[in-house]
Amino acid sequence: MTARLMQGDEACAEGAVAAGCRFFAGYPITPATEIAETLSRLLPRVGGKFIQMEDEIASIAAVIGASVGGAKALTATSGPGFSLMQENIGYAAMAEIPCVIVNVQRLGPSTGRPTSPAQGDVMQARWGTHGDYPVIALAPWTVRETFDLTVQAFNLSERYRTPVILLMDELIGHMREQVRLPDADTLELARRTETRVPPRWYKPFENFPDGPNVNVPPLVPFGEGYRYHITGLHHDERGYPTDRPDEIRPWLDRVFGKIERSLSDILLYEEDGIEDANILVIAYGSTARAARHAVKQARTRGSRVGFLRLKTIWPFAEEVVERAAARLHRVVVPELNRGQLVLEVERVVGRQKVRRVNRADGEMIRPSEILAVIEDLEGAV
Amino acid sequence: MATRLAPKELMKQPERLAPGHRLCAGCGASIVVRQMLAAIDEPVVISNATGCLEVATTIYPYTSWRVPWIHNAFENSASTISGVEAAYRSLVRQGKMEEKDVKFIGFGGDGGTYDIGLQALSGAVERGHQMLYVCYDNGAYMNTGIQRSSATPFGAHTTTSPAGKKIPGKQQFRKDLTRIMAAHDIPYVGQAAPSKWRDLMEKTRKAVNCGGPAFMNVLSSCNRGWRHATDETLEITQLGVDTCYWPLYEVEDGEWRLTYKPREKLPIEEWLKRQGRFRHLFKPQNRHLIDEKQEEIDRKWEELLERCGEA
Repeated sequence: MTARLMQGDEACAEGAVAAGCRFFAGYPITPATEIAETLSRLLPRVGGKFIQMEDEIASIAAVIGASVGGAKALTATSGPGFSLMQENIGYAAMAEIPCVIVNVQRLGPSTGRPTSPAQGDVMQARWGTHGDYPVIALAPWTVRETFDLTVQAFNLSERYRTPVILLMDELIGHMREQVRLPDADTLELARRTETRVPPRWYKPFENFPDGPNVNVPPLVPFGEGYRYHITGLHHDERGYPTDRPDEIRPWLDRVFGKIERSLSDILLYEEDGIEDANILVIAYGSTARAARHAVKQARTRGSRVGFLRLKTIWPFAEEVVERAAARLHRVVVPELNRGQLVLEVERVVGRQKVRRVNRADGEMIRPSEILAVIEDLEGAV
Repeated sequence: MATRLAPKELMKQPERLAPGHRLCAGCGASIVVRQMLAAIDEPVVISNATGCLEVATTIYPYTSWRVPWIHNAFENSASTISGVEAAYRSLVRQGKMEEKDVKFIGFGGDGGTYDIGLQALSGAVERGHQMLYVCYDNGAYMNTGIQRSSATPFGAHTTTSPAGKKIPGKQQFRKDLTRIMAAHDIPYVGQAAPSKWRDLMEKTRKAVNCGGPAFMNVLSSCNRGWRHATDETLEITQLGVDTCYWPLYEVEDGEWRLTYKPREKLPIEEWLKRQGRFRHLFKPQNRHLIDEKQEEIDRKWEELLERCGEA
């Protein structure tokens, strides 16, 4: 395919269409509007549906409805809209409805700085709605990877019947890079699993014994003759509301289990030069670009610095980080916030080992700021 | 005594929205706000929804507002000003603040009013706060780069209702918010346009003095989205009025009254052909859409005449 110059937001829209997304409901918000604008042009061409809703609450609700109707569905927003979506994200987690929510992060809280990059919604992506629920969140670092991870987001959401959050940031969303997109027929796309049982035996939330599907019961789209109940209340295997602990507990175990037992499929990351390193830099999203540059510079100066870039940030790649950091003296975690994913790193490797590099003022972290920390640590080693 | 609504007198009114703000040349919003605030002699407190008016009047490190002013999120302008109003009256009741005839005003664009803010607005007027909510309606989300809203007119090109081979611009007719607000049976609802400045100012006075919740919907051109020259703002706004796309009327205590009747009702084409957002409608394959638009406007105009006892 020919090379094209495009924004991360456009690549996200292209990735969605390539992944088989045929439904978008959203609401304009900087810096995610270009995703909606692009899909308003792309979706009608492939027989898909673009709807601009009256707000973000309606957007995610329509996406949930579309998914239950059988379509791969997407919404895209930024911090303020992501906040409004939280109740329905919890609903999608509770009712196990596959859908993809893109949050092109901008500087918060509140209206914040709409056109400034940030990574302040990392914890919100994990714990934004109330209650206990598992979540998958991915963070791209280039325009091309935005395409790839959008496809992955759809695959994971279909495979595990769960909402997936694509956590972009303003820099990735608005930055233009030259990309060559892969041909659609080369992509591996997940399809919703179909049920083999007749309607009267179908249980949409069945806790069947572990099988090849890691206990993800098929979700039959509305309109195929399977009548069942969907609710935001805790429910039994058929979907009917329950307050019985012996029905609530197995549900919780299953929805957490389907993610926890599939980490080898869900956890995406890239590591470089960890074998002989004594300092490790862990980064994600746009900040990883500065981190990568700093690591390269440090290496040319003879430092032994490793680089671990997390593409999947939720669930947290606990074992990957533990293994990578095991022999290391120090771990550096740069983030465009006051310290969010670093809390997970500190939990795994211990606070003493970790140095934070934070900015939450609307400016990017410069490679030199990370390099200075690396050099400072080297002096101490 | 209230300032006479004459240019000579109004020129002496202090500017409550100071010059130097960054609204585009020819923007309707600042004209609307200045005219409305000049009509009010009493102190005002303003809440402003997210949007062009908020962003462009408060560019760091300045503000153009010479009155107490608060910005809240996109959907919250009506709720926020209702809180300010209720707190003020409570403090007055408790004797902690001096009683003045303060006018509480919420401003929002059509996105923040017709769409995401409708719930907040409906709730605020239903609770009966003594406040005026003003929607400056430019018919799209202009601040984020021209996306359709439920106020966008039928057939208009926006970035999320792009005119092309698949669709000829926005496929739905606009929501009639003024009538929705009238259906709340509040003391005052008015629809106005800055091209008829005296009408706009008189309505503003009635609205802030009606003793309860009031709503005004004001047509406000955005030349970036409507696609016309910056010096044509008021002329094109007036064409919206004279084609009866935007009739000027008010509903006072349930009484509907037309406040301006065009001497000659112009065909809608006169309004459409002046704006780039409707350009595609003049292609041969789309001409029927103009007829559809005209029919809808005629239907609503006749209905309005009947309500106002003019039929």
